[in-house]
Amino acid sequence: MTILADPLSWLLGLPVAGAILLALLPWRAASVANIGVSVATFAASLVLFRVRPPAGALLFIDDFNVYLVALTAFVGATTAVFSAAYIAREVAGGRLGDGHLRFYHAMYQAFLFTMLLALTANNIGLMWVAVEGATLTTVLMVSLYRTREAIEAAWKYFILCSVGIGLALFGTILVYLAAEPVMGASGAAMEWTRLVARAWAFQPALLNLAFVFVLVGYGTKVGLAPLHAWLPDAHAEGPTPISAVLSGLLLNVALYALLRFKMLIAANGHALAPGPLMVAMGLSSLFLSAFMLYRRGDIKRLFAYSSIEHMGIITFAFGIGGGLADFAGLLHMTMHSLTKSAIFFTAGIASQNAGSSRIARIKGLTVSTPVLGWVFLLAVLAIAGLPPMGVFTSEFLVVTATVARHPLLAVPLVVGLLLAFGALIGRVQGMAFGTPVPAEGYGPPTRWQAVLAYGPPILHMALVVVAGLYLPAILTHWFQAVAGMLK
Amino acid sequence: MTPFSYDISHLTGAAILIAGFALLYQRRLRAVLGTFAIQAWALAIAAAWQAHIQHAPELWATAAIALVFKGLLVPFALAWLVERLGIHRTVETALSIGWTLVAGVALVGLSIVLVLPVTAGTAAVTRETLALAMGVVLLGMLMMITRRNAVTQVVGFMALENGLLLAAVSAKGMPLVVEMAIAFSVLVAMILFGIFFFRIRERFDSLELRYLESYRGDRT
Repeated sequence: MTILADPLSWLLGLPVAGAILLALLPWRAASVANIGVSVATFAASLVLFRVRPPAGALLFIDDFNVYLVALTAFVGATTAVFSAAYIAREVAGGRLGDGHLRFYHAMYQAFLFTMLLALTANNIGLMWVAVEGATLTTVLMVSLYRTREAIEAAWKYFILCSVGIGLALFGTILVYLAAEPVMGASGAAMEWTRLVARAWAFQPALLNLAFVFVLVGYGTKVGLAPLHAWLPDAHAEGPTPISAVLSGLLLNVALYALLRFKMLIAANGHALAPGPLMVAMGLSSLFLSAFMLYRRGDIKRLFAYSSIEHMGIITFAFGIGGGLADFAGLLHMTMHSLTKSAIFFTAGIASQNAGSSRIARIKGLTVSTPVLGWVFLLAVLAIAGLPPMGVFTSEFLVVTATVARHPLLAVPLVVGLLLAFGALIGRVQGMAFGTPVPAEGYGPPTRWQAVLAYGPPILHMALVVVAGLYLPAILTHWFQAVAGMLK
Repeated sequence: MTPFSYDISHLTGAAILIAGFALLYQRRLRAVLGTFAIQAWALAIAAAWQAHIQHAPELWATAAIALVFKGLLVPFALAWLVERLGIHRTVETALSIGWTLVAGVALVGLSIVLVLPVTAGTAAVTRETLALAMGVVLLGMLMMITRRNAVTQVVGFMALENGLLLAAVSAKGMPLVVEMAIAFSVLVAMILFGIFFFRIRERFDSLELRYLESYRGDRT
């Protein structure tokens, strides 16, 4: 297959070309070109469902990553649409200038590139490089506003995630050392497809040590408690489109990296069971964030903690393991991505209108800006786990699978879910209903801004509601096939 | 592989570890940077020795990167920053130096106890160097935790990376992509940090992180 006929080279090449191009364009043109490049990347990701290139030494596509690639490219494209409206309002409000925005758009594409590279990497070293790259690009975007808070958030994010990423590299080196006696001292001992085929012959003790490092390392990036400290600050202080992709996509990518290593450990048979460690970290994240949700005063921070909660639930599900729990975990990854980015889209516009991201200053959204308010309310109800949305389906499946396999663990899970539910419902009432506080921000968006800003969350929520009411058979088969791989 | 080549590998690995300890008890920023440079040179020698005994020419590149970039450029750049910002005062510690060293010894003991039993099947040179490398990584983390200045945190992070590099070069036949990646990430990190330093300076007239810590983001 020549380079140009290979959809993978388009998938990865487009964002790279986009990053260079967008650095050169003035901001208004760049925000439109950003949409164009992201949509083209999404189209390339869809081609991968039809044309699957053979696994190479560096890149590969299988049933598992192809769906995450498509999800990442899709949310990347819708966020680019939202970003155009958000950025235009920030420029009008004088908070961002042309220089900032060239940088911002170039970094946005670079960030998409690193995430897609991490998802398609076959070499575990390359995957590590990509996750590291994703960290660097997002640090730069989190510090975009250069306020005191933004710098502190970026610094904390950088330091904590660099250490995490360092530990993940140590784990990666240990995997290589475990594989080297079996595979020979060559690049093959870092190719995931080859590793997993011969993992049964690796030294289990070394793999155990490696997995602990990888779990702590990539776990930091997933935002699992007690390694989550960077996450709320980074989400709250960066531009809102970045909060949406951090929460909706980057956490998934880090979790994906962790799952690849889990599959390796599981293929060995003699190594430790990764399940209990993941269950413990998942539950601690769920509880910590469920309690933290009650005392948040900042809207973006509130939903950042909610992301920790959901990452906890997903990690818990994969830790429980088995066909149903893995299926539920995959579904929940998808539903959380779509819903949480929709929440950040609406919350971003709401706080722009109010001129503050304090929850106390955001009131009566359904009265002041009805479309925004109702979509926001729907998205928050969805993320809290109310039926008939897709998040409910996946959470219900996680609980069912837990009851079937480890009934006792279902008790803390359900308690944690209810705690988080109560916190979110309590918070959203004040924000959605009541008398609006006089707006001190930019006020309601203009007509075209409203189309760009409300289109993506409406589309996301439509998908989430449809998935909750009726999950298409193709998708079900797909998730089942991947859940089979994860065993 | 001759006993002599083992000895040299272990000697260089141990030198990196000792430099890691030395970083913990420095009281002046200049001394911290000097000690870090020594650690980077020891890493360069370790990488060069591995290139020689493994007949792996690409490791020479790793050695050169460690020597030129980490051993010369980064310490000089940081020294310049420190000079320019006028912050060559004493290092602020969150934990007293005595206790930091005790904790350091415990961490190195932990890494030996942890690594040696699980690597029974791998080549001897890798086993002990891996234990040393893990010790260096943990000492780097300890330094990041117990020193409050932004510059010392950066040095702690790079010391941690030195430990990772030591492990990577000692793993026989490990593809170069990883070493290049580390060198690259340090380069980018350096740019980042440079930007950060100026921004922190601009905003707060100090590099002490505790001035940053007053903000906790979400009160009331």
